[in-house]
Amino acid sequence: MSKALVTSTNSGLYCPQGDFYIDPWRGVDLALVTHAHSDHARSGSKCYLTSEPGQHVLRARLDPGANVESIAYGKKLTIKDVTVSFHPAGHVLGSAQIRIEHKGQVWVVSGDYKTQLDPTCEAIEPIQCHTFITESTFGLPIYRWPSEQDIESQINGWWQRNKEQGRASVLFAYSFGKAQRILSLVDSSIGPIFVHGAVHKLNEQYTTSGVTLPDCKFVGDLDKKADFKGGLIIAPPAAFDSPWTKRFGDYSSGYASGWMRVRGNRRRQSIDRGFTLSDHADWNGLLEIISATGAEEIIVTHGFSQPLIKYLRETGKQARGFKTEYRGEESELAIANEKLAEAYEEDLEKPPAKEDTP
Amino acid sequence: MKDFAVLFADLDGTTKTNEKVAALKKYFGTVSHGEAAWAVYFLTGRRIKQLVKSGQLARWAVDEAKIPDWLFDECYDSVGDLGETIALILPTTEAHAEGSLDFWIEEKVYKLRGASELTQREIVVGAWNASSDLERFLFNKLLTGAFRVGVSQQLVVKALSELSGIEPRVISQRLMGDWDPTAEFFEKLIDTEGGAGELSRPYPFYLAFPLTENETLLLGPAANWFAEWKWDGIRAQLIKRNKEIAIWSRGEELLTDRFPEIVEEATGLKEGVVLDGEILPFKEGDVLPFQLLQKRIGRKNLNKKILDEIPVVFMAYDILEEDYKDLRDEPLRFRRERLEHVLSTRDKVASQQEFTQLQLFAPCMTQLSPSLRVSPTMQAESWEEMKKIRDTANAMKVEGLMLKHRESKYGTGRHKGFWWKWKVDPFTIDTVMVAAQPGHGKRAGLFTDYTFAVWQENELVPIAKAYSGLTDEEIRKVDAFVRENTTGRYGPLRTVKPTQVFELAFDGLQPSTRHKSGIALRFPRILRWRFDKKVSEIDTVESVSKLFKEKARD
Repeated sequence: MSKALVTSTNSGLYCPQGDFYIDPWRGVDLALVTHAHSDHARSGSKCYLTSEPGQHVLRARLDPGANVESIAYGKKLTIKDVTVSFHPAGHVLGSAQIRIEHKGQVWVVSGDYKTQLDPTCEAIEPIQCHTFITESTFGLPIYRWPSEQDIESQINGWWQRNKEQGRASVLFAYSFGKAQRILSLVDSSIGPIFVHGAVHKLNEQYTTSGVTLPDCKFVGDLDKKADFKGGLIIAPPAAFDSPWTKRFGDYSSGYASGWMRVRGNRRRQSIDRGFTLSDHADWNGLLEIISATGAEEIIVTHGFSQPLIKYLRETGKQARGFKTEYRGEESELAIANEKLAEAYEEDLEKPPAKEDTP
Repeated sequence: MKDFAVLFADLDGTTKTNEKVAALKKYFGTVSHGEAAWAVYFLTGRRIKQLVKSGQLARWAVDEAKIPDWLFDECYDSVGDLGETIALILPTTEAHAEGSLDFWIEEKVYKLRGASELTQREIVVGAWNASSDLERFLFNKLLTGAFRVGVSQQLVVKALSELSGIEPRVISQRLMGDWDPTAEFFEKLIDTEGGAGELSRPYPFYLAFPLTENETLLLGPAANWFAEWKWDGIRAQLIKRNKEIAIWSRGEELLTDRFPEIVEEATGLKEGVVLDGEILPFKEGDVLPFQLLQKRIGRKNLNKKILDEIPVVFMAYDILEEDYKDLRDEPLRFRRERLEHVLSTRDKVASQQEFTQLQLFAPCMTQLSPSLRVSPTMQAESWEEMKKIRDTANAMKVEGLMLKHRESKYGTGRHKGFWWKWKVDPFTIDTVMVAAQPGHGKRAGLFTDYTFAVWQENELVPIAKAYSGLTDEEIRKVDAFVRENTTGRYGPLRTVKPTQVFELAFDGLQPSTRHKSGIALRFPRILRWRFDKKVSEIDTVESVSKLFKEKARD
């Protein structure tokens, strides 16, 4: 077998022929970034390279003054002995699979990806390769997503019904990607839409990047007596059960996440409604993309990696795992993890209530 | 089953009581009486007998989903609930379960009875293919007798009461005991004309709330309260109406034929009487361990040997009906008078003639005694005095005291206020966690059921299983510990490195053949996670037994 183009190191995935890292979790000289979620994009590296549509979000999330370069999807760039290019992964705005070619060998690092349609980012393009490095956040066949239309009508129906009962609807969703995707699919004629500061910040970056989102009011801009009845409030999971939600009075809570496919995950959080909406591929999506790459070898990074590896091996593929620090973990901890991740990411050290006093 | 699925989603989609009641009312107001009857049946926790083995269901689902067995097991491990796992791995459909709930049960589920495996499979797979994810889940739950949803019987009663204008306690009583979920039953249930229903029907049980040490201060003068021993037996109602005798357990099981000696004794009671009390294993003036009662209940045939070995008594503490008149709204002090009167004036049963002296108020002193007695009441002038009485509970082989206000009515369900159970302080020991299993329902997928061990010589031997007592936060931490420290897997059970020490509380000791230690703890629960203790410092089988003996001697 020819020499590996990507290896797993203490600092992250590394390409020795090009002397760069992909989504490193420690500071390095050159970091190629698949997307700007905090477990993939960390501060501390000297130079970052990301996709063109992803540059604004990445800059906003790294330390100020970080050196971020960008490259258009599909455009080839030579770094030392290898040729690299970024291709849409369909995960969030600017998310990319990174293709690495060296002496006729092609490896693709997919980062996180999904196959469902998402109006706020470009759809995934499967790339032909020899070795495909994939996530497996939802690598069990119980995780199969309902259609986008189903979820859209579920969320709108829930909002509409709450509105008729004179209540607010607070929908918890990851502030980068998920929140904007939800905004793009809700029916804004039902009522006013409000957003938490974390979502508001990202919305600005999306707008700068040319994504159209419906009108949203930033909760922090409103005075104490603002009326939220009949409104939809989008907030990160970290705000769940926090004093910040008090001002919405009698509200129904919802949570949009792939984990909501399993009832226990929702019930443990005492959430009224769960919506199975994920920015990751479901079981069928993983198998579909893996198969479309035509790869002979599959390397699984994070999530339910062992079942996926075993399953791929049984279907005659070479498969193995890479140990990474990407999150995804086991489902039962996922919500707690997401909450922690979001808190870490938004540095919500300051009490959320402070948002009311600009 | 569509409507039932919508109801389920509504009930499951809110934590607010008034919304649940509204959803129930809407549902009961729309569906046929036949469907409503089945819904009441399931919502009040009743089950149908499982007609297909769970393993069979899993196998058919694996075939339908076209996945390997091991992958199904991985999914099951992650979901923690078989019915749900199956619903989630089956191929997606656009279908919705047409037909009413009664149709689904009577025309699909009941058709499984005695059918060949092939036919069973056809019915089940057919049902799966004809329903949505949620409907499949419900179908599986109903089929396996594991249906649960976040409503109490009280909420169902409230909804039916608001819908029909009938008092909740009447509906509650109509729901007691055995009934068939038919349209006729539902019509009687919400019938404004009819009486309380069948003759043998018991009243809803009134339950006591646990009392903590400091709360006695809130109860007012001790003299307002009756104390009784908190017997450790089976709570039951003894009914005598129209020469028929029935014994109902609190679990609404008809136990009449399990206790011939009580029935015999009850033939001497006057007609139209309902007693509330405790069935206890009782021999030669002494209460026997609860375990023996379980042993007796488990026997299919009650022969003379077992009747001699484990005789029982009905320790009556309340009278709910006299001369067919409902006494539940009368004050307890009045009901106690009536109880003592009714029992002391009963006809002596032939075989019991020899007991000339009915020592009703000293049940534990009597050598030979009838099977129907009055549980004695005790009174105290102060709470200090009351506590002293309570602290003799171990010697009396009871769990503590029941405190009942002299003026209390006989209510329904569990309420704070007039009836309290005041247990003796529990025993506490330090143990180490040796194994864990995932929980169910709300705790599915998390390791929440633990096995604890103590030392015996140089070996750790399991002594108790416990799952309650930790906070959600702690449960998550223990869960992570289990995953990182698994030493072996036996089905869903994982053995773990014995390093984590937990302090357990328990109410008593029993011999056990299931645990290697030879003893089992009664009502074990986790008090706290002892990070400060090492596994070398935990209790031994010997120290646990000694602790118990010492306390019982007090």
